[in-house]
Amino acid sequence: MAEKKLLLGDEAIALGAIHAGISGVYAYPGTPSTEITEFIQKNPLAKERKLHSTWCTNEKTAMEAALGMSYAGKRALVCMKHVGMNVAADAFVNSAITGVNGGLVVLAADDPSMHSSQNEQDSRFYGKFAMLPILEPSSQQEAYDMMGYAYTLSEKMKLPVLMRVVTRLAHSRAGVEVADIREENQLKPDHERAHWVLLPGNARKQYLDLVEKQEELEESSSKSPYNYVEGLNPEYDYEFGVIACGIGYNYVKEADTDGCHIPVLKISQYPLPAEEIRTMAECCGHVLVVEDGQPFVEEQVKAILSSDYEIKGRLTGTLPRTGELTPDNVGEAIGWGVKRPFGKPQVVMPRPPALCQGCGHRDMYDALNKVAAEYPDARIFGDIGCYTLGALPPFRAIDSCVDMGASITMAKGASDAGVFPAIAVIGDSTFTHSGMTGLLDAVNDHANITVVISDNLTTAMTGGQDSAGTNKFEAICLGLGVEPEHVRVVVPLPKNMEEITRIIREEIEYKGVSVIIPRRECIQTLNRKLRQKKADKA
Amino acid sequence: MRKDIILSGVGGQGILTIATIIGEAATAEGINLKQAEVHGMSQRGGDVQSNLRLSDETIYSDLIAQGEADLIISMEPMEALRYLPYLQEEGWVITSANPFKNIPDYPEDVDLMRALESLPHVVKLEIEDMAKENSMPKCANVILLGMAAKYIEIVSPEQLRESIGRVFAAKGEKIVEMNQKAFDIGLNAVKNW
Repeated sequence: MAEKKLLLGDEAIALGAIHAGISGVYAYPGTPSTEITEFIQKNPLAKERKLHSTWCTNEKTAMEAALGMSYAGKRALVCMKHVGMNVAADAFVNSAITGVNGGLVVLAADDPSMHSSQNEQDSRFYGKFAMLPILEPSSQQEAYDMMGYAYTLSEKMKLPVLMRVVTRLAHSRAGVEVADIREENQLKPDHERAHWVLLPGNARKQYLDLVEKQEELEESSSKSPYNYVEGLNPEYDYEFGVIACGIGYNYVKEADTDGCHIPVLKISQYPLPAEEIRTMAECCGHVLVVEDGQPFVEEQVKAILSSDYEIKGRLTGTLPRTGELTPDNVGEAIGWGVKRPFGKPQVVMPRPPALCQGCGHRDMYDALNKVAAEYPDARIFGDIGCYTLGALPPFRAIDSCVDMGASITMAKGASDAGVFPAIAVIGDSTFTHSGMTGLLDAVNDHANITVVISDNLTTAMTGGQDSAGTNKFEAICLGLGVEPEHVRVVVPLPKNMEEITRIIREEIEYKGVSVIIPRRECIQTLNRKLRQKKADKA
Repeated sequence: MRKDIILSGVGGQGILTIATIIGEAATAEGINLKQAEVHGMSQRGGDVQSNLRLSDETIYSDLIAQGEADLIISMEPMEALRYLPYLQEEGWVITSANPFKNIPDYPEDVDLMRALESLPHVVKLEIEDMAKENSMPKCANVILLGMAAKYIEIVSPEQLRESIGRVFAAKGEKIVEMNQKAFDIGLNAVKNW
């Protein structure tokens, strides 16, 4: 037996990509995708090959840089969390029209149940929307194996491939057997300009070409080693059969479908193989669709089978409409009761996460709350990061948190409507991700807003990755046109409270765009550095 | 044999280290394993848990079903109780008795202990106190692992002890020795239970 490595799903993807001969990974950190890029950054072979692995400013710059690497003939990987797909969407959808030169895989890590997210959108819709092949591994081993398969498929079809995983695969460890290591591609930029210049004349041809490839993509799904039917004897009549997608397959197998003679069609590659679905449905009274995320397959199966054929799943309430799959809800959908000898005692209280003791965001919110109390109409627009926890007690400081960068632009819109004071709170990494363009809008409109860029010198929420704008914030703000006397830097510490509150008051009273930058290193990254120093000494 | 274990605690208490030691020991013995972890926002002082599944046979689900866990190993008494719906009828709860109070509505100690003591199979010890008394304040998690060692069964206490040596090897001999001592303290404390 080959040696097994104990890997997180994310790590299996990363190692699979390295072994598939990528020349670079492009990504912005986002739970549950972050560990993929972190693994590549530390991997010895990746270092030896000098693979690109530094962080990008956002998912769109990542997607575009990866497309450029593919244009140059080399293989590239793009990683993001599901909502990052919204940011990368312009480049992603058009990359299906240009097609690729070197293999290109886009990895989207979805977060059903919203463990660390604002929504539970299902990235498979993006794949279908862009008309691209989608892979959805059911296990860590498949996640590893599929990377090699994905690059072969991408280079054969001349298309990007979308791989979709969910939190429970990304953040779960299992033994993985590794395969052979492929060489990187040679530098060989594409000479077919017409593929890449999406002027309408070219784009129409390219789009038609993409539409014509769809049949071949379905054929590939039909023959895929990752899509197969189990336990189906065409001579039999079954009460029902199961279509099990991605990790849904694991929960179905856990419910002992083998022992109960329930046929299972495992789906890990899309577009859906229609013929296989029809074949199973013919032998079954009805079909249960088990998929993590939104009812993506369930809706499509309705179109594949006749209109009176019964399909059960999330739309029929057989599985919950929202939230992730579990062995419990899948077991119930298949017909098992849940046994629960013990209940949760009433003494158990919720324990929500909180800002760390000693965190600079705490001092920032203390100051902001003090000043905001003097302005009953004040509204504070928050953003995405650790500081979103400022919405919870004891701070209860922010009135909104929507998407990356929305604090500044929402404050501007609210100010346009007459809200005063309109204050934005945004972190350093989120500001460079998607806040800079909004600040330019505000400057150009002379909006009356106060922007707090709470700078802890890192992308803290996801574990302390490099932040794109470190040491550049004053220059960025000045460059975008904020008046120099209204770019104020403070050190968020309790002893500076008087100075900080005075500056916030002054800048609220200034009729125009002002930026306050409370700057102090994240307590987590600081402690990590101190521990490292101590270890190095010993 | 199959063992389904829930590890629980508060972000930062070191439950993933316990999982790593058990996982390493199991992998060295060729036992199949799946271990679902919590990363991201919850790690900031919130409740955290990890589902650790060990088996001689193929393991499909990364998550343990309700009523199926053989063991709950917890760094914190209230967090042990949070996962009771996952415990099987004959399952054991191995927990620290030292509460971690970072919320305003944390229950009264007596209520908490009463809920724990009502369970048929529970082992609880003040591991934070034990760690401090032995001048190893950061090893409470390994003391807890020692307490749980004889209930894990699918890997032996000796295999876990060796695994500690490999997991901490990069941190130097001193750290290895201290953690193995912590493990033995936990192991000996429950010898006669």
